[in-house]
Amino acid sequence: MSDLRALYEEVILEHNRKPRNYMKRPEGANRSAYGFNPICGDEFTIHMTVEDGVVKDVGFEGAGCAISTASASMMTQAVMGKTEAEAEALFEAVRDLLTHDHPDPATAGRVGKLQVLTGVREFPMRVKCATLAWHTMHAAMHGVDGTVNTEEPEEHHQCAIGGGH
Amino acid sequence: MTAVTTGAMTLPLDVEPIRAQFPVLHQEVNGQPLAYLDNAATTQKPRAVIDAVSGFYERDCANVHRGVHALSARATEAYEAARGSVQRRLNARRPGEIVFVRGATEAINLVAWSFLRPRLQAGDEILVTEMEHHANIVPWQLLCQQIGAQLRVVPVTDSGELRLEALDGLLGDRTRLLALTHVSNALGTINPVAEIVARAHARGVPVLVDGAQALPHVAMDVQALDVDFYVFSGHKTYGPSGIGALYGKHEHLQAMPPWQGGGEMILSVTFDRTTFAAPPLRFEAGTPDMEGAIGLAAALEWLESVGLERAAAHERELLDHATRALRSVPGVRIIGTAAEKAAIISFTMEGAHPHDIGTILDHEGIAVRTGHHCAQPLMRRFGVPATARASFALYNTHAEVERLVEGLHQVRRVLGR
Repeated sequence: MSDLRALYEEVILEHNRKPRNYMKRPEGANRSAYGFNPICGDEFTIHMTVEDGVVKDVGFEGAGCAISTASASMMTQAVMGKTEAEAEALFEAVRDLLTHDHPDPATAGRVGKLQVLTGVREFPMRVKCATLAWHTMHAAMHGVDGTVNTEEPEEHHQCAIGGGH
Repeated sequence: MTAVTTGAMTLPLDVEPIRAQFPVLHQEVNGQPLAYLDNAATTQKPRAVIDAVSGFYERDCANVHRGVHALSARATEAYEAARGSVQRRLNARRPGEIVFVRGATEAINLVAWSFLRPRLQAGDEILVTEMEHHANIVPWQLLCQQIGAQLRVVPVTDSGELRLEALDGLLGDRTRLLALTHVSNALGTINPVAEIVARAHARGVPVLVDGAQALPHVAMDVQALDVDFYVFSGHKTYGPSGIGALYGKHEHLQAMPPWQGGGEMILSVTFDRTTFAAPPLRFEAGTPDMEGAIGLAAALEWLESVGLERAAAHERELLDHATRALRSVPGVRIIGTAAEKAAIISFTMEGAHPHDIGTILDHEGIAVRTGHHCAQPLMRRFGVPATARASFALYNTHAEVERLVEGLHQVRRVLGR
């Protein structure tokens, strides 16, 4: 139970139950990106208002598991009011923390409360859940069009799909 | 069928001696005994299959069809005997109607490119159903894209059954093939294949049936069903992975050009021309998966020795038990409630994403599948991104059903519901 509790920390469960800045498209939003995990179907759209190099407001919509929802909620709180450079540094730090067994010792100090997400390291199948919103935020901030995908597709083939529905 | 056999079929399945034949089941996962409920993804292997594969390596390993030496003769004999086992399991007319392939997916691709492509023109239609696995959608889409054909879709009802009343309207003059699953991997629905084939044939439309989920559970008679093609994978029916079979009617296979070139599919080669072997070897390029075929035959024979009817009856009891028990868990919604179902239960749980369910159950030693089950159009049809899925095999027990239910209560506790 102990390692499961590390994954489902009370803070994470609380954010999952009451996600912050959820279903919110900030007034004057000028950045957005859509993130998708095709393996599990988690999908989030991040909307941001960035003015004078500062994240004035941020919100998200979509659906996912407890880990991805809580991570998205905490991300919005963490980047709110940060400069673009600070948000970028936070993105790098969180990614480092979640994907490396021995992250840079300075990282822990930089992420603060987001350290509760580190339980996910023991569950490799769930790391993408925790990083999805962060990658999406990163894409939104950089004005990347289209979709962030946890699995990189090589090509999209399309076929006309006719009636029947 | 003898009276003795009939009597044996009515006896309930004694699960413990069956479980004893599956080494993998006797382990702990996260400190709990393993409850393996992900059988629609792959089944575990009995000792008979493990021994058949290792026995081939230990005694008979040689390439088939090529050598004149003893080991090659034994390997060839075992490989062709395996073809005979598949023929008997499907009740095909002759062994030559059985082509060994890597699995159901490869078999579908073979039919797409060798059978359908030469007879498909722009504006033609291929009919699939809304409950298909991606493997029975994508090969047809690729073909549509190349030729300019259209995919059309038979819809499903809210209970997860095919809307047969829509079928006749969709079977048109331009329909060149109907491809459908026998048993839905995501819903458990058993489709009325005989009736569907009859309707398609009445319009002159050949039918491919994906039997990947059916073969471990239901009796199969390709002649009685009159299907044109039937495909399945070994690993979902207690056999090895990387091996499966395509059944094709003799007249179809005879008319089909080779799909891949090289190896035993060739009669003679000059730089001017090549003449090809007759089916099934025409479609088995390169050195085949000999140990896979031998393991598959062992699996089919093992299941026959247990008794498919007894196994199916046991699985039906597990399904009924699990359906009742899951409905008692607050917030659980079962997706797929067809009258005719295999022992597969897809479900969602209010306030718990399937991946959280999967992780917490895994912590209790219970293996279920979570995700879209490679049936994304079907997930969209039911308005869910994913489900959790418990799928049962003949070695599963009622105690494991109870553990699943208790595990779901644990999910609620962990997530604070």
